[in-house]
Amino acid sequence: MLKYLLWPIALIALILLPHGLSFSQQEILVFLTINVLLVSTYRLLTLTGEWSLGHVVIMGGGAYASALYTKEFGVFVPVSMLLGGITAALIAILLSFPLFRMKGFYFLIGSFAAGEIIRLLWKRFREPFGGPKGIKGIDPMPDFSIGIYDFDFFEPISYYYFAGTIVILCLWVLWRIEKSPVGLTFHAVHWQDKLAEASGVNLRAYRTLAFAIASGFAGIGGALMAHYVGTINPNSFDVEVMVFVLTWAIVGGTGTFYGPILGCVLLTVLNEIVLREMGFEQLRPLIYGAILIASILFLPNGLESIVQRLTRKEAKS
Amino acid sequence: MIELLAQTCLNAVYAASYISLVAVGLVLIFGVMGVINFAHGELFMAGAYAVVTFYADLHLPFLVAVALGLVFVGCLGLLMERALFRPLRDNPLGGLVASIGFLMILQALAVMGYGVRMEHIPPVTQEVIVFSDKVRLPLSRLFVIIAAIVLLGALWYFLKRTKFGWALRASAQDPEAAELQGISINQTARIAMFIGAGLAGIAGALTAPLVSVNPHMGHSVIVTAFIVIIVGGVGSLEGAVLASVVYAVVHTFVTTFYDGVIADIVGLSLMLLVLIVKPTGLFGSADRA
Repeated sequence: MLKYLLWPIALIALILLPHGLSFSQQEILVFLTINVLLVSTYRLLTLTGEWSLGHVVIMGGGAYASALYTKEFGVFVPVSMLLGGITAALIAILLSFPLFRMKGFYFLIGSFAAGEIIRLLWKRFREPFGGPKGIKGIDPMPDFSIGIYDFDFFEPISYYYFAGTIVILCLWVLWRIEKSPVGLTFHAVHWQDKLAEASGVNLRAYRTLAFAIASGFAGIGGALMAHYVGTINPNSFDVEVMVFVLTWAIVGGTGTFYGPILGCVLLTVLNEIVLREMGFEQLRPLIYGAILIASILFLPNGLESIVQRLTRKEAKS
Repeated sequence: MIELLAQTCLNAVYAASYISLVAVGLVLIFGVMGVINFAHGELFMAGAYAVVTFYADLHLPFLVAVALGLVFVGCLGLLMERALFRPLRDNPLGGLVASIGFLMILQALAVMGYGVRMEHIPPVTQEVIVFSDKVRLPLSRLFVIIAAIVLLGALWYFLKRTKFGWALRASAQDPEAAELQGISINQTARIAMFIGAGLAGIAGALTAPLVSVNPHMGHSVIVTAFIVIIVGGVGSLEGAVLASVVYAVVHTFVTTFYDGVIADIVGLSLMLLVLIVKPTGLFGSADRA
């Protein structure tokens, strides 16, 4: 009984959530929603066992693409977001040719290098990427009404509902992919690569597939971000952001679907509520660094291992 | 044209000297500990800030400040070894992730202690060796070049001629066999970490008056060091030095004839190319990678 009530209750809570928050907290909620999608796509990437340091830049690829499509060709915004995602996936497929010749540490460094090259290209070429200052005045989502609710996208609440709906849709698709035979093959590619290859699985193709899907959804996340903030520049997608994503994933743990989301939500709440309200905003990198070290030293399987221990006890008693 | 070429070559030699110090330290740490130290650029920064503190603020002699920087950053290395890398020895990605955490902490401490703006350090000497009208070598740059050659020579002697050096190389090649011979892995790890971090620190300290010292200067340093160790072959010290020279020449020439960003792109592309074509690096052998 509880099981069937859980999801509707969670949904209602998510709908009611922004109404108790201040304007700036609502804005943070929008970013949090987008970051949840980003960190979940990162987990899909890590399923095949490869840790990338270029994920945020590929998300930026989606953001730049979507912004340019609306600016240069006047594409309708929601459509351009989808195209942004597709572009990010295409970038990933292109990058997979050099990158998937590498494994483990080499892949890590290679993805870092590839990401930096893309960022430097944005920085260098004023046409069409806008150089170091990036792209300004990106078209916002056009307002619309669905009868019971008028979406006015200068209000963070409206954008939260819009982005939230898209993110939940994307998460559902990611969840279905992971539970499908394709998702199981991703696991096999990571944990039993020799056996999987012997059973006729094309390792390279599945790695590329995971990379492309993860990048595509990350690109949609980037596009959601771009059309909300209105300006993007090469520094919006630098290594520091990548380190935050890495921290969320590691603190939460990448063994389960909810692990990275848990890490992202908890650390954002800690960051925004505790640090900003108490005036420790400057300490953010310090505390993130300390948390990252503490979690890799004392909680190598992430917060999800605590959750699992708690739920298992419940099941026993 | 000849003069421009000569000047660019001089600039390249200077760049190669401090890049090779940083890269050799990184390779040494990787060889002995099996950890890629992402915080290496921040150790460079810590060395530079040691000079800001001891030389610019406390007015100690420059050489004393550099020596203090070497010891300070070496001790930071010992701290990393004891607190981070030793407990995470069995976790292949753990050390790398922990060093990213350490990087953020060092950066935040620098921002808190000194602020984000650039530090101004009074130049040690204004003298310039003039070869001709357009070919000049500031004495302070020559000093960095000489220091790098001396330090690398000393390191080579230490690794190839002393007992500690042999122990270090033995545990880099085969930790288990080295341990069976009575070599303490913890001790060699400490030595490697102190030297590796110290080299980054002294490179930062020596170049501090010549570059803009700020809390985020480590980023470009670590990117350069990664390019160099990949091109040279991960785990090869000689390769790292040779690759530093290659990289410095390519980067300096592209910067002179095009611009800095293009030079960075060329450098990174060079690294990707090496990773694709010959992942063991230009000078590395297959079994060490």
